[in-house]
Amino acid sequence: MRHVLIVAGKEFRDGLRNRWLLAITLVFALFSMGLAYFGAAAAGSVGFTSIATTIVSLASLAVFLIPLIALLLAYDTVVGEYEQGTLLLLLTYPINRVQLLAGKFLGHGLILAVSTVIGFGAAAVLIALASTRIEGVEIWFSFAYFILSAILLGWVFVAFAYLISVCVSEKSRAAGLALVVWFMFVLVFDLGLLGVLVSTGGKVGQDIFPYLLLLNPTDVFRLANLANFEPARSYAGMAGVVGDRQLGPGAHTAILILWVVLPFAMAAWRFQRREV
Amino acid sequence: MTDAVTLINLHKRYGSIAALNGVSLSVRRGEVLGLLGHNGAGKTTLMKLILGLASPSEGVVEVFEQSPCGKSGRTLRLNVGFLPENVAFYGQLTAREVLDYFARLKGVARAERDELLERVGLAGAADRRVKGFSKGMRQRLGLAQALLGRPRLLLFDEPTAGLDPLAIRDFYTLLDELRSTGTTVILSSHVLAGVEHHIDRAAILGSGRLLVIGNHEELGRRACLPFTIWVRGRFNGGDWKRLLEEKGARVRRVSETELELTCSAEAKLMIMRTLLDMEGLEDLEMEPPTLETVYAHFEKGNGHGREESSCATS
Repeated sequence: MRHVLIVAGKEFRDGLRNRWLLAITLVFALFSMGLAYFGAAAAGSVGFTSIATTIVSLASLAVFLIPLIALLLAYDTVVGEYEQGTLLLLLTYPINRVQLLAGKFLGHGLILAVSTVIGFGAAAVLIALASTRIEGVEIWFSFAYFILSAILLGWVFVAFAYLISVCVSEKSRAAGLALVVWFMFVLVFDLGLLGVLVSTGGKVGQDIFPYLLLLNPTDVFRLANLANFEPARSYAGMAGVVGDRQLGPGAHTAILILWVVLPFAMAAWRFQRREV
Repeated sequence: MTDAVTLINLHKRYGSIAALNGVSLSVRRGEVLGLLGHNGAGKTTLMKLILGLASPSEGVVEVFEQSPCGKSGRTLRLNVGFLPENVAFYGQLTAREVLDYFARLKGVARAERDELLERVGLAGAADRRVKGFSKGMRQRLGLAQALLGRPRLLLFDEPTAGLDPLAIRDFYTLLDELRSTGTTVILSSHVLAGVEHHIDRAAILGSGRLLVIGNHEELGRRACLPFTIWVRGRFNGGDWKRLLEEKGARVRRVSETELELTCSAEAKLMIMRTLLDMEGLEDLEMEPPTLETVYAHFEKGNGHGREESSCATS
């Protein structure tokens, strides 16, 4: 465990040093505060809206933003070190490859977690200070759950980035694959499902549809935050299709964790077989 | 006492390319072994197998009687230091931070880290970012990291490539210190000038095969390469030339006062005695075959089915 923490500490400090942590936090904070303020613009007014509306807007934004940022943060974690020559040296030290990958994951995971809590949390703090409306306790729980699931979504794509990073031998190829993964999960998968649903007039796939959504971690995140959440149902789009077959927040959290573990385990397995 | 490294019938293939082809050799404890060969001869692959960074396609690798791969490899790496060719570090970190990171991974105390920076001559640049370092400075930092934890086995891959003469001299001074403390060192190089004075044995690799292994003198003898004796004096009259030729020397008069004699290793002592008895001798200097000529001899034989030539035909 000591080795994992040493590597995690270095990754986290690197994140501070090269301003990743600051940049991600600022992006999240700007978007979250912007959405909190302009969230009701469509209804013809501006000003700080309710937490509920903000969660809905943030969740829709986070689905696009968090996977992209996580992939950018971590796509070169192994292949970058391989290209610059430090991986060869590192692996001659008494640390095994799973420990190395776990340490890096812990460091990157912490960067994302801190950025998410501060960045998105900023909106909540601002709303709490500026709004005259008294929010119920459950709404704050929903916000906390949104932040937790956003962190998990980030970790899922960090794990995907690692899987890419251990499979290729060029950084440019890893960057290209990271974009492909982002397109696949964030855009193509849902379009594909919608296509099937519409072209078959809803005959094919309606029963298995809610379960097919679980094959995409961004949809799991959407389901967890939008379909679960009463004020958001009307905005939920795809998630609304799920109807009554909705799983609870605990189940969604467990599925997101599974989505973190699975690509990470595959990355660790592949990394152990890689020759440097 | 068992050997530090044992390689038995080692093969390493990358697809259809055989990087190593049946290499067997042992490195004794406390020995400095020079691994010589042209680019692509298999030196770096051999080091990677010893370090457990790659698995052999066939054959056995043992380091201090343990396999460098698998669970034993991790413990083993506490006792091994490595300096890769063109060593690279995290450019955004300072030299002290780089060494600190590696020291912590090896469980080495901070005091040793600072001592090593001093030892390799980087104490003054310890807090500078590595990305601004010259090749020589990076190599020094590479040496410092390789020495962390006082390893029992050190592997240096092309440590003098691209270094200026002063840096090369400093490296050899350090190598001699390590040699005197009984550290086992495997040193790969294709820059052969000067290396013979700092190694105990040389292993010459060619196209993934071990062509020959032995100490400098043995290799010269096996290659039947001639010794050269430079003689200065006033040799007027007499039958000195016939005398020297009778003892096995080939004589060439370079100038009025200079001779160049070439002879076999066996004949050199008799010829020296004859020279010392000669009137008019002012100075002499003997030059054994250099490692470069030994290497060239065996490398030339590689691929022509010749490992060693017999002295009669050379």
